[in-house]
Amino acid sequence: MEKITRIASRTMVLDIDNIDTDQIIPARFLTTTGREGLGEAAFHDWRYNAEGQPNPNFMLNRKENEGRAILVAGDNFGCGSSREHAPWALLDSGLRAVISTRIADIFRSNSLKNGFVPVVIDARPHRWLVSNPGAEVVIDLENACVELPEGPAAPFEIERFARYCLMNGVDQLGYLIQQEERIGAWEQRRA
Amino acid sequence: MPRQTLLAKVWDAHEVAPETPDTPAVLYIDLHLIHEVTTPQAFDVLRERGLPVRRPQRTLATMDHSTPTEPAATLEELDKVALPAAAGQVRAMIRNCREFGLELRGLDSPERGIVHVVGPELGATWPGHTVVCGDSHTSTHGAFGALAFGIGTTEVGHVLATQCLLQRRPGAMAVNVSGRLGPGVTAKDLVLAIIRRMGVGGGTGRVLQYRGETIRALTMEQRMTVCNMSIEAGARAGMIAPDDTTYEWLNGRPMAPQGADWDAALNRWRDLEDAGGAEFEREVDIDAGSLRPMVTYGTNPGMSAQIDEPVPSSGNPAVDKALAYMGVEPGKPLLGRGVDIVFLGSCTNSRISDLRAAAGLMRGRRVADNVRMLVVPGSQQVKREAEAEGLDKVFLAAGAQWRESGCSMCLGMNGDTVPAGSLCVSTSNRNFEGRQGPGARTVLASPLTAAAAAIRGAVADPRELMNP
Ligand code: SF4
Repeated sequence: MEKITRIASRTMVLDIDNIDTDQIIPARFLTTTGREGLGEAAFHDWRYNAEGQPNPNFMLNRKENEGRAILVAGDNFGCGSSREHAPWALLDSGLRAVISTRIADIFRSNSLKNGFVPVVIDARPHRWLVSNPGAEVVIDLENACVELPEGPAAPFEIERFARYCLMNGVDQLGYLIQQEERIGAWEQRRA
Repeated sequence: MPRQTLLAKVWDAHEVAPETPDTPAVLYIDLHLIHEVTTPQAFDVLRERGLPVRRPQRTLATMDHSTPTEPAATLEELDKVALPAAAGQVRAMIRNCREFGLELRGLDSPERGIVHVVGPELGATWPGHTVVCGDSHTSTHGAFGALAFGIGTTEVGHVLATQCLLQRRPGAMAVNVSGRLGPGVTAKDLVLAIIRRMGVGGGTGRVLQYRGETIRALTMEQRMTVCNMSIEAGARAGMIAPDDTTYEWLNGRPMAPQGADWDAALNRWRDLEDAGGAEFEREVDIDAGSLRPMVTYGTNPGMSAQIDEPVPSSGNPAVDKALAYMGVEPGKPLLGRGVDIVFLGSCTNSRISDLRAAAGLMRGRRVADNVRMLVVPGSQQVKREAEAEGLDKVFLAAGAQWRESGCSMCLGMNGDTVPAGSLCVSTSNRNFEGRQGPGARTVLASPLTAAAAAIRGAVADPRELMNP
C-alpha cells in the first residue's frame, strides 16, 4: 500500500447531506469481480443523464474540478450499503479524500483500508469549505488536521491504528495474520 | 455497579486481544455469511497470498444479490435468464467456494436464499454470537442477541483468512419501546418510526439495543424486521436480548445446538437476557401504541410519515429535492397516490409471516389493473412453506408474479428493476434514488400496506381492507 502523509489539493464541493453508497456507485455496477476501472461508475446517475450524456453542472464533469482530489460533502456521507466498490470508484475517479461533518461507519472503515481518507471536521470550518469551493487545503495525517487557506487548521479524529497503517503503507491483513498464535490459543481456550 | 449492556457481554466474550490506545481489539467472529457480490475480490487476495480459509465450517455461503428469480437450477438455465455480468458473478462464487472448500447453498440448493433469511432459518445465528457479512443488513441477526454487523470486502478477506476482525468497541444506545402496536400496524411501521425519530445518521458509531414490552411481545420474524433496518439509522448494529421467544425459534433447527449441547447453550444464553440496569450512552423512548401504518415519501428511510399525515411542505432544499425526485406533492398525504409496481420481498419482509400477512389481505381480491406485483420469497424454504399453505395460489389468483428467492427488486442487480419514473411500493429497506433501477421511485412500507397498494392501485391504508 502507498504511504500517505499529506494530501494537498483544491477542493470540489457536493453540498448534499446523506449521500448514500447507491449514489456513489449504483448497484448495477457491482456485478464486477475485480476492483479496477470503477471510476466511470462513480456518481454515475448524477453525472450522466438518462441518455448517457455528461451533466455539465455535476462537479466531476466541470473543467475547473479536473485533477482535484478532495471532495467536500454534506453530513453523513457514505450511508447505506457496505459495498467497498464505493471507495474503489471514488479513488479510480481521481479523488483521494472526503471531508464531511459525519461519515457512515462501514464506508469509513472501507475507505481507510484502501487509502481513501475520510475526514470529519466541525460544522464551522466545514461551512467555510462549502462556501469556498476550490479552496487549497492540506489534509495532514501526522497532525490530524486540515490546513485551510485562512484561519486555524481544522482538527479531525482518526483512529490511531488506521492512521499508522495509512502513513506507513501497512496492510491490516498482515498485522492480523501476525496474531495467529493468540487466535489459535483463544480458540483452544473456548473449545 | 451498573449491569453490562448486551453489546458489552458479547464483545468481552470475543476479544482475542483487547484494544489499546494504539491498536484496535482483535475480535473473534463466530459466523461469517458470504454471498456473490462482496466476496470475489476477497478470494483473490487469499489466492494471491496463498492463504486458506481458516475455519470453513464457520462460513455460510449462499447466493442472492445477482441471482435470478426466474427458475434456474443449473448453469445452462442461469445463462438463459441472467444478465451476463450477473451470471459471471454467480459462476465466480461457485468456483471460489469449490476452490476454498466451502459448502455453497447454490443454484440448486433447497437452502438457498437471501443470506439474512437463510442464516436464522437454518439456526446458524445464535444468541451471543458475533456475526458478520459483506452486507450492511447483517444487523438482522441481532434479533437473536448476536452482535451482527456489515463489513466491506477487505474485511471479508480478513475473516476468511483469520476468523477475526480489527475493531474498536462501538458505543451502546438503548431504544426503549412501549405500548402495543395497533391492528394493521407492524414491526416495519415501528422501525420506520424509529428511524424517522433518530434520523438516518443518528445511530452512527453506535450499536442499538431494542428493549421494552413492545419488543418482548414481537415474534422472531418481527424482531428481525426491526433489527434489519438498524443500519438505516446509521447504527453499526441492532440487538435484542434473547428470551424464551428466541429459544423456541431456534430449538430443533438444523444448525442449532442439539441434545446436551442445547441445554448447555441455553444456560449460557440465559446470562444474556436483559435484567435491566445497564447504562447506555444515549436512550430514546418510542411509544408504539400511537403508531399508524408508515410510508416513506422521500429518498432516504428517515423521510417517512404516517400514512394519512401530510408530507412536509417545501422549504428545506433536501426535502424539496427528494419530493421532486419522487414526484410527490408537498403538504399532502401520500394516501391515494397512484402506484405502478408493488414489490413484496427483501431481507426485511420476505419471511413466511410477511407473505401470510399480505396473502391474508389479498385472498379473493385482485391486483389493480395497472399495477405489476412481484412476490419474491426470502428463501427457497420460505417458498416451499408458502406453497404448502397455498399462498402462491392466492398471489397468482390475484394477478401477482410468484418467483424464486433472492434480493431481486430490493436493489435491482439481477434484472428485476423498476422503470424510471415508476412508483413502487416496496417492503424492502432502502428508498435511495435509483435503488430499484435508474430513476425508480420507491415508497417503503409494510407487507400489509404493500398488499393494500396492490389492490387499490394507489397508496392505501391496509386497515380499511382488514376484517374487523
Ligand atoms: S434483500 Fe436487499 S437489503 Fe437484503 S441483502 Fe438483499 S440487497 Fe441487501
